Amino acid sequence: MSEAGSLQAATYDSAARRAPLVRELVEVVRYRDLLGLLISNITKSRYKRSALGVVWTLLNPLLNMAVLTFAFSHMFRFSLVHYPVYVLSGLILWNFFTQTTTYAMSTLVWGGGLLKRIYLPRSIFAVASIGNGLVNLLLSLIPLLAIILIVGHPVHLTWWFVPLAVLLLAMFSLGVALLMSALAVFFADVVEMYAVFVQVWFFLTPVMYPKEMLPARFVWYLNLNPVYNLLELFRVPIYNGTIPGPHTIIAAVASAVVSLLLGWWAFASKADELAYRV
Amino acid sequence: MNEPAVKLERVSVRYRVPHERIPSLKEYAIRWVRRRLRYADFWALHDIDLEVGRGEVFGILGANGAGKSTLLKVVARVLRPTSGRVRVWGRVAPLLELGAGFDFELSGRENIFLNGTILGFTKADVASRLDRIVEFADLREFIDAPLRTYSSGMVARLGFAIATDVEPEVLIVDEILAVGDAGFQKKSAERIRAFRENGTTILLVTHDAAALKAMCSRVMWLKRGEVEAVGPVDEVLARYQA
Repeated sequence: MSEAGSLQAATYDSAARRAPLVRELVEVVRYRDLLGLLISNITKSRYKRSALGVVWTLLNPLLNMAVLTFAFSHMFRFSLVHYPVYVLSGLILWNFFTQTTTYAMSTLVWGGGLLKRIYLPRSIFAVASIGNGLVNLLLSLIPLLAIILIVGHPVHLTWWFVPLAVLLLAMFSLGVALLMSALAVFFADVVEMYAVFVQVWFFLTPVMYPKEMLPARFVWYLNLNPVYNLLELFRVPIYNGTIPGPHTIIAAVASAVVSLLLGWWAFASKADELAYRV
Repeated sequence: MNEPAVKLERVSVRYRVPHERIPSLKEYAIRWVRRRLRYADFWALHDIDLEVGRGEVFGILGANGAGKSTLLKVVARVLRPTSGRVRVWGRVAPLLELGAGFDFELSGRENIFLNGTILGFTKADVASRLDRIVEFADLREFIDAPLRTYSSGMVARLGFAIATDVEPEVLIVDEILAVGDAGFQKKSAERIRAFRENGTTILLVTHDAAALKAMCSRVMWLKRGEVEAVGPVDEVLARYQA
């Protein structure tokens, strides 16, 4: 048989030896227009199908904040001035993390039907859920600013640091989302286990209480909680009006990079099996 | 033979079916610890060699479960083979799944963009072809209505129009397309014929012997994941029907 065609590189070669890590990234970039559409469709359908529409995204963290303020602000009145600002900025970050990771799992399990029928970069659903999370986060800064103005909390110049914190948060969440959604395809109970795990994680992270409330000997353990470092990175510039210390920054950068590399690697190396499993 | 468009070398696809379904991580861990994970291996394709030349219309036949669809999926990149190598030269248009990813809440227009980008086109590509697609699908008046208001024939027409708007190098067809009403069926058959005449390579799976005879030069007969026969259409058909 002729080998002439082999001289010209094949458009698709199943034996192409390219690290899965890189291959998956190249493919997501190639499908970037689809990514944009998925993000806008998720966002639109979410707002179209609920009666309150976009108001709900703004209202939901506010309601949580109101309940927590009612319950705890008296308790923390000495350690935390303007408690609503403290708790709302914490909730915004926490919601981003849990919503994006949970959504990535459910869309892969759901959108997996598509992967069985047509080729798509498998990680596109996880990346899209992070994109959707970023839109929601941006929107929820509106009620945060409103609360800051209402309670008379100073608007600090250190806000410029917030985008950096959000970038690291997005990287960290994408890593977790990829890892969890790869697991969720193989094992159905992972989705429920993760929900319980996240609940416990929430209470172990000082989102709604000051970290000083923890017994002194436990405070050190917070450094092992990657979400805590990201939370500090996001909240300190908004609430305290300072730039977080170098330890926090280094720890946050490290956890974002490690999470993303680990999640991406785990997902990409299992990506070819996904179409067999979903 | 001229240059290949599709080449499979010793391609095997294995589906691993656990003996008992183990859907939970907890159970998996328990069994793994006890070394009691047992799988039943099912080889959907076994050591398939195949070379389809550019411009060739190649037929695949076989009973249900013989591995025909798996073979097409391997070429369409949906499944990566367990072992062996698959190479494809040129863009593949899989007519396996018309309208993959259609969202029935969205309008026809939005779905053209969604499905088009799922097929790997850029938004700009799709935008420049929008009019032609709508024209071919004959859905001008309905294009801004949500897809859930379409009849199933209209949905299929739209899917076909998007998938075949650009002439692909390799066309994968599972079963002869019976899309839409008689008028549209004629139109779609015409389009595939035009592709063939312009040198598009076609992989065709069908049970319709007459269609195979009319269209294909060579045919492969798959039996339980292995090649039973491959060669000129009349020879293979004669053995298949014997």
